[in-house]
Amino acid sequence: MATLKESTTRLNCFHCGEQCDEEVFYVEEKPFCCFGCKTVYEILNENNLCTYYDLAAAPGKNRKETISDARFQVLERPDIRSRFVTFEDERQFHITFYLPHIHCSSCIWLLENLHTLNDNIIHARVDFRRKEIFIIADKQGITLPQVAALLDSVGYEPYLSLQDEKKKTPEKTQKGRLIRLAVAGFCFGNIMLFSAPEYLAKGTLEDPQLQLLFQYMSLLLAIPVFFYSANEFYISSWKSLRNKYLNIDAPIAAAIIITFVRSLYMVFVEGQGGYFDSMSGIVFFMLLGRYFQDRTYKMVTFHRDYTSYFPLAAAVIKDGKEEQIPVSELKTGDVYIVRNNELVPADSILVMGHAHMDYSFVTGEAVPVDRTIGELLYAGGRQKGSSIQLKVIKEVSQSYLTQLWNKSDSEAEESNDSGFVQVLSKYFAYIVFILSFIAFIFWLVVEPSRALDALITPMIIACPCALLLSATFTNGNAIARLGQIGIYLKNAEVLEKLTRINAIVFDKTGTIAQSKEAKINWSGLSLTEEQKSLIYALANESAHPYSRAIARWCYTGNKLKVHEYSEVPGKGIHGVVAGHTLFIGKSDQNEEAGSVIIIDDERLGICSFEAVLFDGMSGLFERLKQQFPIHLLSGDTDKDRTRLSAFFDQQYQKYYCTPEGKRQYIKALQNNGQEVMMLGDGLNDAGALLQSNVGVAVTADISAFTPASDIVLDARQIGKTDVLLQYAAYSKKIVIWSFVLSIIYNIAGLFFALQGLLQPVIAAILMPLSTITIVLFTTGFTSLYARRLLK
Amino acid sequence: MSVIYLLIGCSIFLALVFLIIFIRSAKTGQFEDDYTPSVRMLFDELPEGKTKKTLKQNTDHGA
Repeated sequence: MATLKESTTRLNCFHCGEQCDEEVFYVEEKPFCCFGCKTVYEILNENNLCTYYDLAAAPGKNRKETISDARFQVLERPDIRSRFVTFEDERQFHITFYLPHIHCSSCIWLLENLHTLNDNIIHARVDFRRKEIFIIADKQGITLPQVAALLDSVGYEPYLSLQDEKKKTPEKTQKGRLIRLAVAGFCFGNIMLFSAPEYLAKGTLEDPQLQLLFQYMSLLLAIPVFFYSANEFYISSWKSLRNKYLNIDAPIAAAIIITFVRSLYMVFVEGQGGYFDSMSGIVFFMLLGRYFQDRTYKMVTFHRDYTSYFPLAAAVIKDGKEEQIPVSELKTGDVYIVRNNELVPADSILVMGHAHMDYSFVTGEAVPVDRTIGELLYAGGRQKGSSIQLKVIKEVSQSYLTQLWNKSDSEAEESNDSGFVQVLSKYFAYIVFILSFIAFIFWLVVEPSRALDALITPMIIACPCALLLSATFTNGNAIARLGQIGIYLKNAEVLEKLTRINAIVFDKTGTIAQSKEAKINWSGLSLTEEQKSLIYALANESAHPYSRAIARWCYTGNKLKVHEYSEVPGKGIHGVVAGHTLFIGKSDQNEEAGSVIIIDDERLGICSFEAVLFDGMSGLFERLKQQFPIHLLSGDTDKDRTRLSAFFDQQYQKYYCTPEGKRQYIKALQNNGQEVMMLGDGLNDAGALLQSNVGVAVTADISAFTPASDIVLDARQIGKTDVLLQYAAYSKKIVIWSFVLSIIYNIAGLFFALQGLLQPVIAAILMPLSTITIVLFTTGFTSLYARRLLK
Repeated sequence: MSVIYLLIGCSIFLALVFLIIFIRSAKTGQFEDDYTPSVRMLFDELPEGKTKKTLKQNTDHGA
């Protein structure tokens, strides 16, 4: 009953939807969890933009953790400005910003009505999938930093990073591929029309003039397919040949070129129709399959490095004045300011102020640490509290975290093993080459006139495209199905690697356990409502995660004032509430037990904290344990060891890990011959994720920044990790079966072709029939398994 | 039968026109954002008095 009552008395913020468990702000009887949320509401209310709240409930971003607007000043620098300004003249300029918070239709509505908030915004347009806003603004009235600050003021902080530039290239190739696909489709369709009469008339039309016209039209239409649409196959196979290995594109390129040359010979020398339809068919279907396979998830990024985490600029103090410079230009000896909630970009020494560093980003440990003047601060820490001044001792590119990243990157790149499909297709190509050569020799002896046909037609009919199609369509569809439930794969190769995994490593904080919440086990006297109110009042004053947990636990709705508040870092908090003296913190006798609560010198009891596992984790561990060894790595203390031993073997649990330690652990497993899948979240896992065979970045918010990885996994889906592995195994099976199917077609075709007897009609029926059945087979089965497994 | 030459010419021409239209629309980015327009069309107009001030002086949507 108590919990039920609690949930009804608690209020949810009208702006961001989070629970108001601290001070509640009211405007027109609407509750807000923090001052920031309230301000956004007031801005929107003044400008008649409250439709924002009608379109979706509580659409805003929580504004508890805000950073000062000063950091936008760096946008005035020409080199940085040019990254965001796409066009400008004397009157206006065009800006594109990436806004990670865009997530619902309310966002689109508000952002596209930005001009009502500021007259100098002429036009604003949102690309929802890409989470981008395109703005045209009046140059006389507003500056770039002001536009950024305006977006920030309504809760959409533009994402400023050095990495933005790299993001633009894949878009272009995708666009080019769409056009190549369209050209191939157009030519393929028309060539089919011109070829149909010839097939139906079994090779010769009554009107020889018409037949000639059809042949030359087919040839004409095949030229753009051969020289333009099929470009990427030549380029990629040429690259692979130069590196002295055969890739998946080489047999296709060979098939295309052979078919084209052979058809030219048929048209000009033999006066026959040629196989232009087959050739453009191959190109069209291959491009189509790849288009769907490579249709990237615009909101998911797999290639992030440290630069995307770090701020764009740092506030350096020069000649007593503050100046924003890009972090990459920070020099050893520079003194700069880090404000509340800002990240330390380079290894530095604290020269002024009191640092209260949240290293959860680097180590996964949620409890902030304290540093005093003269101590070293590593890059990646987030300051909680008042501004501090730091002196750079290592430039950004030399910092500990950056070094770790670069090291793991270079080593991980080397492991470029050839996939299962690649191996199959290579053998397939060899077999076809050998068979047709045998047929060629045979017919050269028996009947020389049929020899050339026997050499070439097997290559055309048995081109490995059916096999390649089965892989591209299976993987493409499987990746799309996984994407629908929040599991995003970087590419098709990952799906294949998943089938070889035989060890799984989990990170603790943020991956299997929630990082911000801790469950409280209370041992002591049962607390009265009044005592709870007292404890809440004191705990609410502190930003320490344990205090926050206690505050949430003791919330009664009653707000009392705290006097003589003092916090001794690493010890606890003191205060006087309603005449009672309170202390919450570490007890003197027993170090590890947790926080004691003392009111008026009476020890009420002790709270111990344990990590809250995500839903479905225990079931997942039980299932996985049957199949693989599962490991646990944590940068945290071993306070949860006993509880987690139910799932993980004692020897497979490792605590107090450094990021480099995690990477070494994975490497040691790999040296034992194991294929490792690593699930992790923060930057502290980045090295391990890159080192592992399949790195899975677990994130609560898909658009948030995840370390470079092979898979980005929605945290709510982590319980389905075993299903993912199963699904990968199934899709490999589907590829094999559709390969068998295409071999049956190929044997039928080869039967005629090797005799040098293949009639155009049979070729014409076999080609599209095999392609279509394979496409149907693969997409049908991947969808069926997806429905059965993933739902 | 000679009418077939004319018909072939017409059909190829027509197909080419569609191809060119498709390529143009792909190049101007019509296939890039396939979601936002579907949401945008459902929004109501803003209340009177808060009309778009300077929109008419700029009708192009940029590159």
